Amino acid sequence: MQVPLFPEAASSIARQVDYLYAYLSVVTIVMTGLIFAVVFFFAIKYRRKSPNETPRQIHGSLVLEITWSIIPFIVMLSFFWWGAEIFFANASPPSNAMDVYVVGKQWMWKIQYPEGTREINELHVPIGRPVKLTLASEDVIHSFFIPAFRIKHDVVPGRYDTMWFTATKPGRYHIFCAEYCGTEHSGMIGWVTVMNDSDYENWVASGGTEGSMAQQGERLFEQYGCSTCHQTEQQGRGPNLRGLYGSRVQLSDGRTVLADDSFIRESILNPNAKVTAGYRPDVMPTFQGQVSEEQLLQMIVYIKSLANPGAPASTGGRQ
Amino acid sequence: MSTALQTPEVAETPNYLNSEYGWKSWLFTKDHKRIAVLYIISITVMFFIGGIFASLIRIELLTPQGDLVNSDTYNKFFTMHGIVMVFFFLIPSIPATLGNFFLPMQIGAKDLAFPRINLLSWYIYIAGAIFALSAIVLGGVDTGWTFYTPFSSTYSNTFVITAAVGVFIAGFSSILTGLNFIVTVHKMRAPGMTWGRLPLFVWANYATSLIQVLGTPVVAITLALVGLERAFHIGIFDPAIGGDPILFQHMFWFYSHPAVYIMILPGMGVISELVTCFSRKSIFGYSFIAASSLGIAIIGFLVWGHHMFVTGMSMYASLYFSLLTMLVAVPSAIKVFNWTATMFRGSISYDTPMLYAFGFIGLFTIGGLTGLFLATLGVDVHVTDTYFVVAHFHYVMVGGMVLAYLGGMHFWWPKITGRMYPEGWAKFACLLVFAGFNLTFFPQFITGYLGQPRRYHAYAPEFQVLNVMSTAGASVLGLGYVIPLIYFLWSMKYGPKAGNNPWNAKGLEWQTTSPPPTFNFEQTPIVTEDAYAYGSESAPEEAHHHD
Repeated sequence: MQVPLFPEAASSIARQVDYLYAYLSVVTIVMTGLIFAVVFFFAIKYRRKSPNETPRQIHGSLVLEITWSIIPFIVMLSFFWWGAEIFFANASPPSNAMDVYVVGKQWMWKIQYPEGTREINELHVPIGRPVKLTLASEDVIHSFFIPAFRIKHDVVPGRYDTMWFTATKPGRYHIFCAEYCGTEHSGMIGWVTVMNDSDYENWVASGGTEGSMAQQGERLFEQYGCSTCHQTEQQGRGPNLRGLYGSRVQLSDGRTVLADDSFIRESILNPNAKVTAGYRPDVMPTFQGQVSEEQLLQMIVYIKSLANPGAPASTGGRQ
Repeated sequence: MSTALQTPEVAETPNYLNSEYGWKSWLFTKDHKRIAVLYIISITVMFFIGGIFASLIRIELLTPQGDLVNSDTYNKFFTMHGIVMVFFFLIPSIPATLGNFFLPMQIGAKDLAFPRINLLSWYIYIAGAIFALSAIVLGGVDTGWTFYTPFSSTYSNTFVITAAVGVFIAGFSSILTGLNFIVTVHKMRAPGMTWGRLPLFVWANYATSLIQVLGTPVVAITLALVGLERAFHIGIFDPAIGGDPILFQHMFWFYSHPAVYIMILPGMGVISELVTCFSRKSIFGYSFIAASSLGIAIIGFLVWGHHMFVTGMSMYASLYFSLLTMLVAVPSAIKVFNWTATMFRGSISYDTPMLYAFGFIGLFTIGGLTGLFLATLGVDVHVTDTYFVVAHFHYVMVGGMVLAYLGGMHFWWPKITGRMYPEGWAKFACLLVFAGFNLTFFPQFITGYLGQPRRYHAYAPEFQVLNVMSTAGASVLGLGYVIPLIYFLWSMKYGPKAGNNPWNAKGLEWQTTSPPPTFNFEQTPIVTEDAYAYGSESAPEEAHHHD
């Protein structure tokens, strides 16, 4: 009956977090031990020996007060500093990270890869390559938690969040939903499989018959009639989306915004929120409630693929 | 702890218990002491209701499979455990009972400033409790005590509004008690009772009252908004109708983090009373302990974001909340060091209240230090929403507050009832509570770091060993709670007479008869010395008419 103190460490940051946790634990054990020891020592040494004892009174000591305020605070600052360092170093994904898209839904995780493969409650990643997850929720707040990677991020409806990791050890590890989300919250679990590069390539090649995410997105783009106005080869009633992704867009109210995932998402669901300069509001209908979060991500990946004029990710696009 | 069992005795001196009889004399009383007793009965009932849910949770978690009840039922269990314990036990616990009874007495007052409002606040509490209990009886609530949106406002199919109304109403009880305490401390102090002579229990309750008055309206508004969204689909928190779910968390924790200090500060006040009395020592660093209560109350309002490090909040906001959380730990550390130093060269007795104080100092230290893990950004990302958090806040709330409450109850029981409890049983129960508590919650730090998420009906099999330990501990802890209930009830009839000051304690409450007369003191006391003047030679037992 052996109980480990640390979960498996399978990401590039897992050991860093463990070292910091171990440091905090040592300080806690030493401090608690010290307090317990002093309390016990005083309790025994100064135990009441006769009912009428009147000990000499001591009212305090400024030096001691200052000492035991400042020293603990300095130790706490070291916690703060080290913790912030890990947090900041891992806040934004490296630019070469591969994309995987995660949609949380009561009570499952739906995972899509740019290559087009889709899975439920399973995530496959290669070893040693940074992976960026874009997180969306269909309903309530969930939280995507992989204990072996020491990472967790809330999955909030109405917006995109991202998290990233580099897996370092092949194996299968738990995925848990960490934010209470209703009846089957404890069943909203899955597995992440970390694979060697070649295994991963084989796995990618074996999956996905519906075409890449961009191709799936392009089909939706036709199906919802987006392409009627947003023409890619010539100017339609709506802005041309070629080269849009990642550019700065001038809005009709004078602001400029970055055309990122969130901007495109908002423009599909609530077109009047940010109208591009030179275009009229109230032309485009809202797609709120018609497009699922997975489909939105596919369309975003398609629009993203239009950013590189030379290399359209999709074949057989509109002529 | 029903006072209905109090038997009148012919020769007894007139006191608040025998001044009038009959249910009307209780339900329409304006005496702060009787209102405190009403609160003791009410929160004890709520504590055991919350405890039943805790037991059901622990029995379910004996095995990894969800096999005792279904998921919906389990989710209702932990929700109702949380709502009942937080809003109907912990928040009112010490202020409404021991605070109500002893804050006026410790400053030499006849009553609180607004006796009628005091009674009103008890009725409001009962109204809130009735709503919360009806939510349970009607079929339960499954949102978690935190009511996170949009789950609570849109998705849950349970009695969310009923429970939220209960919490909303109970909030006003808390606000009115806080208001009453603040005015009382400002205006009703006996001659000579300067601010620098206030017992630290009074300072702690004063700081708590400030939080109650300033913070509680925010949670009331927040829950009202959830109700509006749920009933009328006004888009505030649900993004599908234009709201922001994270806004809810900011508003909720803006109250609920300070509420953590509502739950612990009065306990710290009790510990200052216990450590001094049972060491026969003046408190070490009086002004530092008093100021640290106010410091905690103020900084406590600035740290709410540490509950939200993985929500996608700005990194810089996270940095700020992390740093300020470290800062709020300093005043807590100051208190622990000062209590320990107070024992230095004291005359230390091992009466039950002091055993609870020892337990508090140790367990609160663990609770406080593990809070720093959660304030540390890199570690919090891994441990937040796991059993590590559950263990941490139970160390503070149970290891801290419940131990302080029990310590305080044992300390002041002879004053409240005029009777002593059985010392042997009391020590035994205290030991059970301490051992059972640690066995229950210590393993949860480990399962938490291993990754077991909280609020899981079924869990991964590798966590079972530690969960079985927790459940075993919980049964010991439960026994430790039931024994005092029995002997306290027993002592009201059969306990030996306590006398006016069985502990030879300082403090004005010990200078009047036990149980105290309706207006507390024969004559308004005149205060000539500092709190905890244990070195002064006035033999306390004879000092009924101080000076």
